[in-house]
Amino acid sequence: MTATLPPETGAAGASAEPPLAASRPALAQDWRRLVRMGAVGAVAQVFIALSNMPVRLDERVIVKPVLSLGYLTLLIVPFAAGHRVGHQIKREGMPQHAAGAHEVAGGAACGAVAGGGLSLLAVLLANFDLREPLVNWSPMLAELLAFGNATRFAVVIWLLIGAAVGALGGGLRLLGPRTRRAVVTMALAVGGAAVLEPLVVDLAEGMRLEALTDRLYARRGGINWTSALGLAAGSGILAVLGRGRIQQARAHIAELEGAQRTRTNGLLILATAAVLIVLPLFAGKLTNELLANVGLFVLLALGLNVVVGLAGILDLGYVAFFAVGSYSAAVLTAATSPRINPELPWLVALIVVVIITGLVGLFIGAPVIRMRGDYLAIVTLGFGEIIRLLFLSDWLSGWFGGSQGITKIPGAGIFGLTDVAGTDPRRVFYLVLAFCALAIYVSWRLERSRLGRAWMAVREDETVAEAMGINTVNVKLLAFVVGAVLGSFSGAIFSAKVGSVFPNSFLILVSIVILVVVIFGGMGNIVGVIAGSAVLIGVLGGPKQPGLLAEFSEFKLLIYGALLIWMMLARPEGLIPSVRRSRELHQQEMAQDAWLKGQVEDDNHDDGGSGPQATPAT
Amino acid sequence: MMGIGRAKSGAPRTGVDWFLTFMRVAILTLVAVGILAFIAQEIDTDNPFARWANPDATGLTGAQFRGLIISGVAQGCMYGLIALGYSMVYGVLGFINFAHGEVFMVGAMTGMITSNKLADAGLWESNFIGSLIFIVIVSMIVCTLVAVIMERVAYRPLRGSPRLIPLITSIGVSFFIQNASIVLLGPAAKAYPDVPDWVKDKHTFIQIEGSRILVVVVAAVSMGVLWYLVEHTKGGKAMRAVAEDAEIAALMGINVNRTIVKVFAVGGAMAGLAGILWGILFRSVIHTTGFLPGIKAFSAAVVGGIGHLGGAMAGGLSIGVAESVGPLLILEPLGVSGVSQLRDAVAFAVLIGVLLLRPAGIFGERLPAEDRT
Amino acid sequence: MSATNGTPPAPSTGSPTNGDGHRPLLETRDLSVDFGGLHALDRLDFEVHEGEIVSVIGPNGAGKTTLFNAITATVDVSAGDILFEGASLMGLDANRVTARGIARTFQNVRLFANMTVLENVMVSQHCRTRQHAFGALFYTPSFRREETEIRERAEKVLSFFGSRLVGYRFDQPAFTLSYANRRRLEIARAMATQPKLILLDEPVAGMNPVESAELTGMIGRLRDEWGFAIVVIEHHMDVVREVSDRVVVLDHGTKIAEGDYAEVSTDPRVIEAYLGHGTEAS
Repeated sequence: MTATLPPETGAAGASAEPPLAASRPALAQDWRRLVRMGAVGAVAQVFIALSNMPVRLDERVIVKPVLSLGYLTLLIVPFAAGHRVGHQIKREGMPQHAAGAHEVAGGAACGAVAGGGLSLLAVLLANFDLREPLVNWSPMLAELLAFGNATRFAVVIWLLIGAAVGALGGGLRLLGPRTRRAVVTMALAVGGAAVLEPLVVDLAEGMRLEALTDRLYARRGGINWTSALGLAAGSGILAVLGRGRIQQARAHIAELEGAQRTRTNGLLILATAAVLIVLPLFAGKLTNELLANVGLFVLLALGLNVVVGLAGILDLGYVAFFAVGSYSAAVLTAATSPRINPELPWLVALIVVVIITGLVGLFIGAPVIRMRGDYLAIVTLGFGEIIRLLFLSDWLSGWFGGSQGITKIPGAGIFGLTDVAGTDPRRVFYLVLAFCALAIYVSWRLERSRLGRAWMAVREDETVAEAMGINTVNVKLLAFVVGAVLGSFSGAIFSAKVGSVFPNSFLILVSIVILVVVIFGGMGNIVGVIAGSAVLIGVLGGPKQPGLLAEFSEFKLLIYGALLIWMMLARPEGLIPSVRRSRELHQQEMAQDAWLKGQVEDDNHDDGGSGPQATPAT
Repeated sequence: MMGIGRAKSGAPRTGVDWFLTFMRVAILTLVAVGILAFIAQEIDTDNPFARWANPDATGLTGAQFRGLIISGVAQGCMYGLIALGYSMVYGVLGFINFAHGEVFMVGAMTGMITSNKLADAGLWESNFIGSLIFIVIVSMIVCTLVAVIMERVAYRPLRGSPRLIPLITSIGVSFFIQNASIVLLGPAAKAYPDVPDWVKDKHTFIQIEGSRILVVVVAAVSMGVLWYLVEHTKGGKAMRAVAEDAEIAALMGINVNRTIVKVFAVGGAMAGLAGILWGILFRSVIHTTGFLPGIKAFSAAVVGGIGHLGGAMAGGLSIGVAESVGPLLILEPLGVSGVSQLRDAVAFAVLIGVLLLRPAGIFGERLPAEDRT
Repeated sequence: MSATNGTPPAPSTGSPTNGDGHRPLLETRDLSVDFGGLHALDRLDFEVHEGEIVSVIGPNGAGKTTLFNAITATVDVSAGDILFEGASLMGLDANRVTARGIARTFQNVRLFANMTVLENVMVSQHCRTRQHAFGALFYTPSFRREETEIRERAEKVLSFFGSRLVGYRFDQPAFTLSYANRRRLEIARAMATQPKLILLDEPVAGMNPVESAELTGMIGRLRDEWGFAIVVIEHHMDVVREVSDRVVVLDHGTKIAEGDYAEVSTDPRVIEAYLGHGTEAS
């Protein structure tokens, strides 16, 4: 919506910076809020410590001798608490206090309380044995908390660390917006370089640039501290220099007129495609494997996006279509399939798979489509589970192999040119890429058609859509089927890639992970959905597939759950929202803003539409 | 409820309607044929109708049949207790608290931990009833806390947002609690300590395991107490008022937030109790324990009619009996092999069937005013 | 205003004229709608002829909106029949009723709030257009032609309201519109379904006198220029007097009076229905 509003708001002055009052004295804290936030932080700290994250992630070094991912998980909490406690609620017309010693002191106190959780834990670890229910109640954890020293040391050091890190968090508020952006960029650059380490090393090997990565990364993982400093400095300088450039460029593109804009967009798409085609050539097997996995989930997410994002149907059993696609492709192509084994070529099988999945989509969709949204969600979940249980059952094991699954599935042959199998992840990636392009094209075209508009209307108000002559049942059913077919592509590629299918690859949690990915990126927005799945699946990994942070595999589902809650609370429209979705979720606030800025017409001064008084049309 | 379409003529109109009618008829026919075949094989195993679909049909002895019914009733009581939480929350806030099954799992876990500690101390064997009451209380307290914190952290900020948003959030909460259980307590299944013989064994004169009787008695007593609380106390009246119309209730001086917290607390306590019942019945608990009973309990809440306390219990009993008897009664005579694997599929099928045939439940639903059209 | 002179309508955009001049366009026979024990409509006979503007008035709870809901298949009819152009509407889904040629507006404006003004009107042509997924995917010539047509028709419909809903407003989300413009957009949306009969549910509610007078004129123009037959539910008696060829008075779900404005406004039963119950007297 900001794109449609000009930056200046004229006399209304709603967005003008409110006057800054003097900063508050350091000790005039809102102690209740501070202690509450600190306590939440302490609980989070103890939870993280007992979840074994610090111990398991200690092996992944971020900056060579200084910081490991394990310690980072512990440090981030007091930092966030210290930063958060200095947050002022902006009230219209009320003066904002300038940030000062107050924020630093508050952050330090809050961080100390949060760190105190670990101090307490260290004492408890030394004196009680709760290993019975809590599996991670270990001497190793105690040792990690005390840095190898006595318990007393741990108590003091975590209070101090908490206070220091909390003060840093609060201190972040002292920085001007420009400096803060530079600092954030620096942190992101170092963190990103550390997270992307396997990818960068692999690519550098492919391009024969080992010298570069040898300098950047330490021998056994992690960035050298010297390189980290250099990287931070470089990115900081870039951030300061490049300030606003990106935004300017974006604004520039947004201003372009029809044909020119289409051309720019086309160029951007071509460039992205070129990078995606060239990149795998330099990448090793592991990176290509990762890219292929990410691609598979992008494809699934694009399919679910049609159902959830465009038509607004919350389908929790989306994995069913993935499963049906995989199994039918397996049955049609594998010689080892128990009952029927026509051993069709993959492309021919794919056509049959699409038909079968489309029919299954109709079969599942028809009974649920008239239900209330939330009942529909639960029932689709039930269908997803029933389908898995049927594949698993002895009853149908004569067809689908029961818990043994179907193995030795041949790769996907494309016109006899190549054979795409899991042994060559690069080819898998190209195949996935082609289908992703197809899925993007399909969702893009459909969204801008009569059908897409009907989906939108159904999402907005089903009763009215029906009254305006839209056959809501058919339209929703079609969304369901389109989603099912896109999911089946993914399934067919999956079975060819892995070479075997088992019922346990299709647990409900796969549905939920895809849903998280779609919501994280931004429902209804193709770019958002792609970015969301690339980031989440790439970094954390899919339900069974490792990501860049392979050490996270035990914790990724926990993080997916937490992420889903947090997204819903803080940013339900996703990271890259579709304009429409964010309108839907923030309609009231936007209407209010527009009113404050004089953008909403006044009934009493409706002048016959010569344009809004306060602002020119965009 | 649906607000669209009309069914005056009763005749199906579109392809979808034809399909749905076909499905309904097919489901009912399958059930009828299955039951008839079952009856046939009960009368005479060599009966051609019994042999027709499943040549290996053996039928059930009276004792087997009774055993299935009893175990169905016991599990149904447990589902009913969980269903109360779904039903009350849906009745008041109008969304499915998907994470409620996880609260139940937390109850079962708490019971496991506490009872093992008691067993270590030797109290479990020496004073079983006392220990049982103790773990019930602990588990109810823990689950109440979990439910209330859940409401405060995840649901209260979302009051008034589109209906699917809290549902998605609750899926996240459910996912989080399950995986928190894995990382804190480990992924393996954990056992309850051994129970005394009189709980384990069948009693000579009624031929029912003590654990089942215990479960039914506990569920009946707690239902009675809950019914009294909701129908006859001030807090209960406030709950019903908020369920009817939260805005009007607020105008009448009812603290809506506090009432909603109470609803979550009561639901959580009942789920905690149900968790202990699970422990007594199955004596083993794992992080996924909450998922299936949660879905089944939600089906129970729908079957009984959302918002009805008695309905939730009745729904629980019918789901429990259906899933325990259904596979052998209907599927086995039809020649489906390995039916016990399909118990859960049957439970889901019951849910789908109910929503297909009668979405408002047996007793009709009581929803917040804005959810009725 | 030429609203009350009862001239035959100008040929409408593609709507075939009725062969039988005596047969009403819309006719309800013994129409009853029950909510529980309450008879919202009780054996109501009601008819609308082509090119006619009929006002439905009555105290609150008289069953006016229920009549609309029954015609457009948003409530279940308990008994009776509804005929449109001689064919029964019984058993049709709401979208089929709209496809037959009946469009409506809602008492509490219900736009697709997050869609733009233009999209609101474009999506309402759904039942008049044919292109499906295939055309959209392959970007066929017929798809492009139809998209252009949809857009042009939407712009034409919107231009009916002068400059209010055109230009930069095409691309504004509907929720930013003023109240009066939302009402206008709802009418535009109904027009876009290319109906023969439009049901307007309190079209001027919440408007100021100037806007209300303007819209009253537009209702006449809708009939004269576009050839729609129109049924209006209205509480403002000056609007009713201005636009109606015929006035039907409902009370407790039954018709208590019918005729032109002068007849109805002096009918003792009508006066009793309004004043005798002590409810709203406009």
